[in-house]
Amino acid sequence: MIFGYSFGDLGSILAMQGFAGLILFSVYVLMALGLAVIFGQMGVINMAHGEFMILGAYVTYLCSHLFTAYLPGLFAIYFFVAVLLAFAAAFALGLLVEWAMIRHLYRRPLDTLLATWGLSLVLQQLYRSIFGAREVGVELPDWMMGSQHLTDTIEVPINGLLVMGLTTIITIGVFLLIYRSNWGKRIRAVMQNRTMAAAVGIDTEFVDRVTFGVGCGIAGVAGSAFTMIGSTSPTAGQLYIVDTFLVVVFGGAASLLGTIASAFSISQTQSTIEFFLSGSMAKVLTLLAVVGILMLRPQGLFVLKVRR
Amino acid sequence: MLDVAKLKVSYGQSEVLHDLDLAVAANEIVAVMGRNGMGKTTLMKALMGIVPAAGGTVALGGADITALPTYQRVARGIAYVPQGRMIFPAMTVAENIETGLFVHGGARAPDYLYELFPVLLEMKSRRGGNLSGGQQQQLAIARALATQPKVLLLDEPTEGIQPSIIRDLARTLRRIRDERGLSILVSEQVLSFALDIADRVLVIENGRIVHEDARAALDEAKVARYLSV
Ligand SMILES: Nc1ncnc2c1ncn2[C@@H]1O[C@H](COP(=O)(O)OP(=O)(O)O)[C@@H](O)[C@H]1O
Ligand SMILES: [Mg+2]
Repeated sequence: MIFGYSFGDLGSILAMQGFAGLILFSVYVLMALGLAVIFGQMGVINMAHGEFMILGAYVTYLCSHLFTAYLPGLFAIYFFVAVLLAFAAAFALGLLVEWAMIRHLYRRPLDTLLATWGLSLVLQQLYRSIFGAREVGVELPDWMMGSQHLTDTIEVPINGLLVMGLTTIITIGVFLLIYRSNWGKRIRAVMQNRTMAAAVGIDTEFVDRVTFGVGCGIAGVAGSAFTMIGSTSPTAGQLYIVDTFLVVVFGGAASLLGTIASAFSISQTQSTIEFFLSGSMAKVLTLLAVVGILMLRPQGLFVLKVRR
Repeated sequence: MLDVAKLKVSYGQSEVLHDLDLAVAANEIVAVMGRNGMGKTTLMKALMGIVPAAGGTVALGGADITALPTYQRVARGIAYVPQGRMIFPAMTVAENIETGLFVHGGARAPDYLYELFPVLLEMKSRRGGNLSGGQQQQLAIARALATQPKVLLLDEPTEGIQPSIIRDLARTLRRIRDERGLSILVSEQVLSFALDIADRVLVIENGRIVHEDARAALDEAKVARYLSV
């Protein structure tokens, strides 16, 4: 008996909280993927990453309302349309931001940090002016609301499974893009040696722009997933940016697998502890654990073994 | 094929190359000899557009490329094997070579690259960073050749490589010139290697070309004096 629960109960609680953590896990993975791709590619820490996520969330919110008003017959599938549009909107904004701002600041990490932080404030104000300061939420179609009974005590939410599936597809997509496609060869060449990438004929500026856009686009998709666990507000993105940094650092910035493992352990720890203690206590314990592990393994969970 | 006129390069306030003139004819191999710090690497980087020229012109096959960014120069037909090789360490050998293919489209490395460097075929799926120095040098040359250059630049290719492999390297470079019909500009400190491959030898000292000889008429003792400290 622990905390007054029997072991059977504990098993169910762990499983249930584990499934409840799925969406959080998905949001972390997607956010961290985007952030890591951008950081790995051009050494830019995008402080506005959370706002790109919120852009995706607002697009999803708009979709849910537009479908209710104009296409109620297709409401059941609006979420999939929203995901595509969220990606497209964040991708486009990412291209614009890279072109207008980031490309002038390469090799000046502190300036980029400040500039993207400024951008995050600008975007928050924009959202406030356009959508209002109040939180908004989305309606889910009926089929996504239910849950699947596994046993008497364990239920799996359908939207959690759906978002998991989506995240899996995107993660595999990003993996294929980076490790199996010709675009990925360009991206990795620029990552490993920018000067030499140009000297074998790669247009590094163009690669930078598209990569930044893709990273932001993935944050947009994270925003779609986010609408299922939280309500969207102009500043909601800020709550996630720190957690996402944590995931990236913990996983080891250069490793896709590390990012996933780290997102999983952090989201699961958090959602499991949250059941027994308060949310902020869960945060503190997670943070302590991460700090402890990073002291033992400063390079993060996973590193690539290769001579440089 | 490659014509350099009055090339000036500065790092901040200090000028490193002073009004440098240089020409490499089609099918010719030219060696630029000089001690450390004389400006060989700076010359190569300026030709590639990696450091900007403060004055003068670089022309490739008669067309001025001085204002072009690096990747467009590569598309015009100039390729670079840098000092220290600089292969992409976390990419496989095959992927390293394939990065050179994008300029002219095409996703598969041509077979002759692997015929030139059979060891690369054996190591195809190893990571570049795990190759020996000599193997990395071959990889860097194969990657450069994948861009189908008219002019190949090599910056101290023998640095840190075993003597037996240096002889192979000389033979391979001559074979590439004969078979692919390209021009080669190579910088060196090792005189025997330069004598082995070059049609013409230049000596660079403090950013100026101070001596020039055709291979046949070369005053070895004089060049050696420039190279000794
Ligand atoms: N990035 C740099 N900044 C300032 N000075 C440099 C830089 N690179 C080289 N130099 C200087 O330019 C001169 C030529 O260097 P370099 O071209 O590397 O010579 P080499 O390749 O012949 O050894 C040297 O005096 C060196 O100190
Ligand atoms: Mg040098």
